[in-house]
Amino acid sequence: MTDARAVITGIGVIAPSGIGADEHWKSILDGGSRLSRISRFDPAGYPVTLAGEVPDFDADEFVNARLKVATDRWTWHGFAATQEALDDSGLDLSTLDPYDTAVALASSSGGNEFGQGELQALWSEPDGKVSVYQSIAWFYAASVGQISILHQLKGQCSVLVAEAAGGLDSFAQATRTIRRGTKMVLAGGTEGPLSPYALTCQLSSGRLSVGTDPERAYLPFDAAAAGYVMAEGGAVLVVEDLAHAKARGADIYGEVLGWAATHDGKASRPGYGGDAGQLARAMRVALRRAGRTASDVDVVFPDALGVPECDRVEAAAIREVLGDEVPVTTQKAQLGRMYQGGAAVDVTTALQAMRYDMLPATHGLTDVAPGAELNFVREPVARRTSTALVTARGFDGYNTALVVGRYEEETT
Amino acid sequence: MGTVSPYRRVVVTGVGVVAPGGVTRDQFWDTLTAGRTATRRITFFDASKFRSRVAAEADFDPVAAGLSAQEIRRADRYVQFGLAGAAEALAESGLELTEETLENTGVVMGSAVGGTMALEDEYVAVSNTGQEWLVDHTYGGPFLYQALIPSSLAGDIAHRYGTHGPSQVVSTGCTSGIDAIGYAFNLVQDGEADVIIAGASDSPISPVTVSSFDAIKATTPENDDPEHASRPFDATRKGFVMGEGGAVLILEELEHARARGAKVYCEVTGYASRSNGFHMTGLRPDGLEMAEAIRVSLAQGRTNPTDVDYICAHGSGTKQNDRHETAAFKRSLGDHAYRTPVSSIKSMIGHSLGAIGAIEMAACALTIDRGAIPPTANWSERDPECDLDYTPNTAREAKVDVALSVGSGFGGFQSAMVFSRLKEAA
Repeated sequence: MTDARAVITGIGVIAPSGIGADEHWKSILDGGSRLSRISRFDPAGYPVTLAGEVPDFDADEFVNARLKVATDRWTWHGFAATQEALDDSGLDLSTLDPYDTAVALASSSGGNEFGQGELQALWSEPDGKVSVYQSIAWFYAASVGQISILHQLKGQCSVLVAEAAGGLDSFAQATRTIRRGTKMVLAGGTEGPLSPYALTCQLSSGRLSVGTDPERAYLPFDAAAAGYVMAEGGAVLVVEDLAHAKARGADIYGEVLGWAATHDGKASRPGYGGDAGQLARAMRVALRRAGRTASDVDVVFPDALGVPECDRVEAAAIREVLGDEVPVTTQKAQLGRMYQGGAAVDVTTALQAMRYDMLPATHGLTDVAPGAELNFVREPVARRTSTALVTARGFDGYNTALVVGRYEEETT
Repeated sequence: MGTVSPYRRVVVTGVGVVAPGGVTRDQFWDTLTAGRTATRRITFFDASKFRSRVAAEADFDPVAAGLSAQEIRRADRYVQFGLAGAAEALAESGLELTEETLENTGVVMGSAVGGTMALEDEYVAVSNTGQEWLVDHTYGGPFLYQALIPSSLAGDIAHRYGTHGPSQVVSTGCTSGIDAIGYAFNLVQDGEADVIIAGASDSPISPVTVSSFDAIKATTPENDDPEHASRPFDATRKGFVMGEGGAVLILEELEHARARGAKVYCEVTGYASRSNGFHMTGLRPDGLEMAEAIRVSLAQGRTNPTDVDYICAHGSGTKQNDRHETAAFKRSLGDHAYRTPVSSIKSMIGHSLGAIGAIEMAACALTIDRGAIPPTANWSERDPECDLDYTPNTAREAKVDVALSVGSGFGGFQSAMVFSRLKEAA
């Protein structure tokens, strides 16, 4: 382990908030819901009809025809977010040894739409079979493998699948990899949970909202919270060795300061909102590793599941570690839950809050649920922001906390 | 001389295995050292329409493996393998799971295809055998979400033991097993956990997976003689034979293991993964990136290439793989490659995708501990491009201090890991 520091030098967002970091930031400041009736398929026969979809996404703009036919929409979003992030970073990959560059993305369910099509091809006819691309498009490593090949990122690659929390774990893994000598690692993730069969699978968790009003369907921490709305997309970020970034004069968004992952050691089930103590421990350890104290935290981006018992536990953990004054904000009600991708989008938003010294609002929250009281940011507010704590929780007990901070030049 | 390593040392203190041919650690070792093959005609479903109709199936009984009725109901087959492997490994380790230990114990598992088996079964019902794109959700079972997200694998192990340390599922295709153990190794090295229940499992023997490998002709089309269908490094090899199973190792920080007087199998002395940036399924014959992964993993433990006593090969039995990794061994070990026994246990227990890397690491731990090198079964005809010592057909007694294992996976991933007999500090 070296003393190498990991900074973020490029952001690529492909989400219901739009394409690219700027569109994302504008959308969340504008504040309108980005949820809408599902258009990827006819949802009339399902109890869930809303989702967050990436608006106006033209795959051909980002994916060549040969790759498009061999990959799922989830991977197309990965290609696009990667391109955006690399362009944003200004990094010239040809100047790097391919072994010094890598990809560490998270995915919780793989190439759903593609996979359902292949299952149908196999089962709908007695002599049915899958295409030559099924073996490389459906599995969880498809996006990382394809991005590694397309951009010649040949170092230590990882695919992390701890539902939703993995999106933050990928930043931890990118930093571990950089501390072991790699110069640049792509982190984050995208998701594509919008196919009829994937929806059917998600319904069995009992955690999806059946609301039909985009403004009211997903209301984390609100008394009217009744589950979450799924969404596609996510974000890919360029995590870079600080010395390398400085040497090339890169524009630095912020630094990965610390993280911790814990587990409840208990299964998720209706009525059980998880272990506040373990979530709090993740936050405390992350702060300690970051060399920060609770009073340093300027803003918290919570998991914000929108399931009442989970919201109460999360609020209790935040109060336990940080008190009840720390500003808390979430855009999940507005954009939907992108699982791993959502955690990566939260990291993006945190970095943008530091860059613009502005905290975006928590959309839709009107009547805070008893037990979920926190100092929610109700309107966008200009505020010097240097340290952000992001949390993500995965189904069945995963907790991860990540601390990102403004990059400060040493004054020696 | 030299600088002190900044990392904590990590050892293996327990091994659990569920494999075809034997669903415990000892039965697994018996299968390997007897050179017995567990490949057979597929019995799980009617495979008559497929090109490849052989597989290595595990005769796994979840009740006999100690799983509860609720675990059996809730968990897909690959998760059941993980639970059984974890139970065996933990029992052997003698680790007492006190509240303090649980806080610093994590679970890191690998799987290439996760809940594919349950997902396909349920799909057939909700789609009315593929007739409906807009599937009927009312026919879906209560644990479909657990099938969709492979994080269930580590989650269910964490639930059973109440562990609170960092948990993860790593899914890098067919290198998932090595990469999960590597991820766990790094967490313990860095002080993020003292103990990790680490391994991998997969249960891919279902129509959609068989059809997927048929489509790209990766699996063998020879179905007449299932026991001899998996022939790694043999000139007549025709592709791999799918398998299933799981293995779990207890990875523990060295001082933590010493303090409680634990039996130490070996030390994890190196792990690295590199990607070929070439093709999702194709391999260039030069083995360049796998050689680099080997070089780095040896260098981490200051292990000389000439110190390698055994190589547990990926040895899938496809034309391109066996040639590719033979080249990688020569490139990374030089002439020493010709003097090093190599074997592919896939010749006996098939290729269980993400699980096999962990099963192979279990084999390496047992090789160091028990003093025998498992053979490559079904080897009879030399391939001029595969000209190393593949330990044909018969196990060998040998003192192995350093075992190297490699994996190669779809996506272009090439991973290497080194297990070494524990050397006390001088």
